[in-house]
Amino acid sequence: MPLTRDQLAVRASKELRDGYIVNLGIGIPTLVANHVPKGMDVWLQSENGLLGIGPFPTEAEVDADLINAGKQTVTARTGASYFSSSDSFAMIRGGHIDLCILGAMQVSQGGDLANWMIPGKMVKGMGGAMDLVAGVKRVVVVMEHTAKGQTKVVKECSLPLTGKRCVDLLITDLCVLEMDRAAKRFVLKELAPGVSIEDVKTNTAAEIVVPANVGVVAV
Amino acid sequence: MGQKVFDTAPAAFADLAAKGVLRDGMTILVGGFGLCGIPEHLILALRDSGVKDLTCVSNNAGVDDWGLGLLLQTRQIRKMISSYVGENATFEKQFLSGELEVEFNPQGTLAERLRAGGAGIPAFYTATGAGTLVAEGKDTREFYRPGEAPGGATVPGRGYAGRVMKDGPSPVRLDQAEPREYVMETGLYGDLALVKAHQADPFGNLVYRKTARNFNPMMATAAAFVIAEVDEMVPLGALDADAIHTPGSYVDRVVRTVSVKRIEQRTTRVP
Repeated sequence: MPLTRDQLAVRASKELRDGYIVNLGIGIPTLVANHVPKGMDVWLQSENGLLGIGPFPTEAEVDADLINAGKQTVTARTGASYFSSSDSFAMIRGGHIDLCILGAMQVSQGGDLANWMIPGKMVKGMGGAMDLVAGVKRVVVVMEHTAKGQTKVVKECSLPLTGKRCVDLLITDLCVLEMDRAAKRFVLKELAPGVSIEDVKTNTAAEIVVPANVGVVAV
Repeated sequence: MGQKVFDTAPAAFADLAAKGVLRDGMTILVGGFGLCGIPEHLILALRDSGVKDLTCVSNNAGVDDWGLGLLLQTRQIRKMISSYVGENATFEKQFLSGELEVEFNPQGTLAERLRAGGAGIPAFYTATGAGTLVAEGKDTREFYRPGEAPGGATVPGRGYAGRVMKDGPSPVRLDQAEPREYVMETGLYGDLALVKAHQADPFGNLVYRKTARNFNPMMATAAAFVIAEVDEMVPLGALDADAIHTPGSYVDRVVRTVSVKRIEQRTTRVP
């Protein structure tokens, strides 16, 4: 069975470590915030200038001057700080963020990422995605393995790139793939429960490394 | 010190055309992230001034009926320099029809271009966008990451700041380090900046509030003429000198307004 959106978020949350500074993208990545393991201290950064995102506000706490990068009203946790966009991206580009989790339209076998534009169709812009994948220490992508019957794990991205060779870990509804920097290929680490290696191969255009032992995603 | 404080946004705009500050074809920096921290009343005054063929530098383009979206409706904007422009159907229509020119900048590149422009830095190199559409037509060069070529300072006879020298001895710690590609980006400077702050004093010292700060501080440094819209005016000396975000010397005019502060995604939890 392919993983659900929530199960994808649960699997992604396993990449969190105590004390990590983390930036979560919009969509499934945002759900990861709901699955921070108990007792683990993780600081969420929002690229519009907040370190220490708290829970959504109660109706009485809503403050138009306090939003996250998805433009949702949020709160700030105790110890949080506010800063300008240039300070925020100095934090991102300077390698001061431990982990970012974001969505994708395509990921190539060499770890290229495309997630900001469909020429002639979708012209919203890249926002902070190019900065995040260029500067954050570890880049985790969470996405569905296929879209409309087409694989999103491709040999080469046909869509305009967000970054080259930037994806460290790819979590899809079928499997978990980890980049081997030396081999420049993804290694199949885990399968979703009930999904076979054949299923992954059928739905993948990228050349991937399949080791003798492949785990199962704990959900 | 001339009089910087004006009662209303239209009053702050009244003589700008006569002074040559406001003119068709100019470049205007507009603060804000989404609708958070946008200079609402200054945007309305800009619209009402009728100035056109504008290049607007702003992270987003407002929504259809608020923020810079208002100037798209009136077709006063010819070009936008932004990082993300979802949430605006007018924008999408004008862009796809070719009426509106758009230059997408990665958000951090946009912020840094403004910071650099305000600091008199004509260009800088960043890893952001290397190997993508953003780098097309731009100078690229290989460097070691600052952290991998420690010191960052000039190494005599070996170039500077970890730059990869094609011949000759390499800088430092090269056994582990791999050079990577960087893209040259230029500083951005505008004719006019419209910013939103929380508090100001009569000198124009500004304090921003929470995430409404975003692009406003850099924009306040990166234009020939700067107007700030604020929630509160306080007397000179009332702001803690240690906590001022934008020193008053950057600011030409200040207007106190009552902002609508529209919320794009009102998300709440049950207490």
